[in-house]
Amino acid sequence: MLSGSTTTNHESLARGAKLKSIEEIKSAIEAAVPGVGVEVVPNSSPSVQHSLRVAPRSAIAVATFLRDDAELAFDFLSNVTGVDWPDKEVSEKVKVTRLARKIVDGVEQEVEETVDETRKRVEPGYLETVYHLYSVAKKHGPVVLRMRTVNRTDQVELPSLTPIWRSAELQEREIFDLYGIEFKGHPDLRRILMWDGFKDHPMRKDYVEPDDYEYEPTAHDQVLARAQAHRAAKTAR
Amino acid sequence: MDQNLKIELGKQGVFVTTIQELYNWGRRSSVWPMQFGLACCAIEMIATTMARYDMARFGAEVFRPSPRQADLMIVSGTVTKKMAPQVVRLYNQMAEPRYVIAMGACAISGGPFKQGYNVLKGIDRYIPVDVHIPGCPPRPEALLQAFITLQKKIDGQHLTGEDRPRFLDAGAQGEFPVPEQGEHDLEPTSNQGVWPVQIQGLGTRD
Repeated sequence: MLSGSTTTNHESLARGAKLKSIEEIKSAIEAAVPGVGVEVVPNSSPSVQHSLRVAPRSAIAVATFLRDDAELAFDFLSNVTGVDWPDKEVSEKVKVTRLARKIVDGVEQEVEETVDETRKRVEPGYLETVYHLYSVAKKHGPVVLRMRTVNRTDQVELPSLTPIWRSAELQEREIFDLYGIEFKGHPDLRRILMWDGFKDHPMRKDYVEPDDYEYEPTAHDQVLARAQAHRAAKTAR
Repeated sequence: MDQNLKIELGKQGVFVTTIQELYNWGRRSSVWPMQFGLACCAIEMIATTMARYDMARFGAEVFRPSPRQADLMIVSGTVTKKMAPQVVRLYNQMAEPRYVIAMGACAISGGPFKQGYNVLKGIDRYIPVDVHIPGCPPRPEALLQAFITLQKKIDGQHLTGEDRPRFLDAGAQGEFPVPEQGEHDLEPTSNQGVWPVQIQGLGTRD
């Protein structure tokens, strides 16, 4: 589910009609949808598969434009996937000016001094969806759309693109199931792989899987570590 | 009875047998499997029933779509935790005598998905399994081998005594509890009646 398309823009250009660059697509979107929130997320890896990050509020308008525009005509949504970006602790050095008491020329004085200080802050995490668009009519693509939630706990709503591309329906359900993103406007948002009473979202980074390693005759690697931890906990009880 | 004498009598046109032999012969010669498959192992199971491997040679060609008419459950493939309650329920719906072949790495242990959160680590946690087949997937020959093993097992069953099979024991457990799908995992995670796991120095689980 996490694997994206390996087709590069260069290959797809060779096959089909010339696709606009990602900046040109961005400009076209901005011209067509006033007040749109869209920015380019560059990809420096060999695939150079840049993507467009769309503000959730304008997602439906952007998607409708990309599908209906005569030149772009993205009529095929090939893949929808989710990404979990957990909270990240960032430490940075800041110069701080503060008052300090010091003895200068034999007299105690208050002096300003500048000190380096390491500050740690937590960048809040978020959940992201990634949509891969192709055009069957124009034989070009992919164009990658991204959307981010506000955080990964209580504000996890994103607009559903199922009304624009029907093929998103089951994949958005899968993302809802495994990542916990709630798609507004989805016609039938239920769990699809896990059962209805299930509470967790297994593809999230902080998912804790059930401890059922009570019997591991040939345990190795990770499983061995878990089985040993399990046995230690049982012995302690 | 002496085996040689039996053969000698047979040459003379006198056939000698016991009720037990006759009874077991009848059961083992027409084991009707249930028609259900869970994953890729089911493809091998289908191949086993077709002309090339021809499971009909052993009297098991009639795959029944209803558990009420089936004698043998071939658990062919990955048992996900979402599917496990239905498998146990189907097993409960089968009439005695009933047998289970766990086919392939997933059905016997969870296989390549053992470290995952969503696959049952072996169907023998909930229902008694007669024959386990390793392999991913096992070849049709392996399924035939398992089936012959099951036939041998049926042949060796005593109709009376302490070790008589479950269906001849009025006091034996007939229904196996169907696990509930809980908030994080199946509850309970195994049936202690059929999965009395001994961990060294710890005794049975919980």
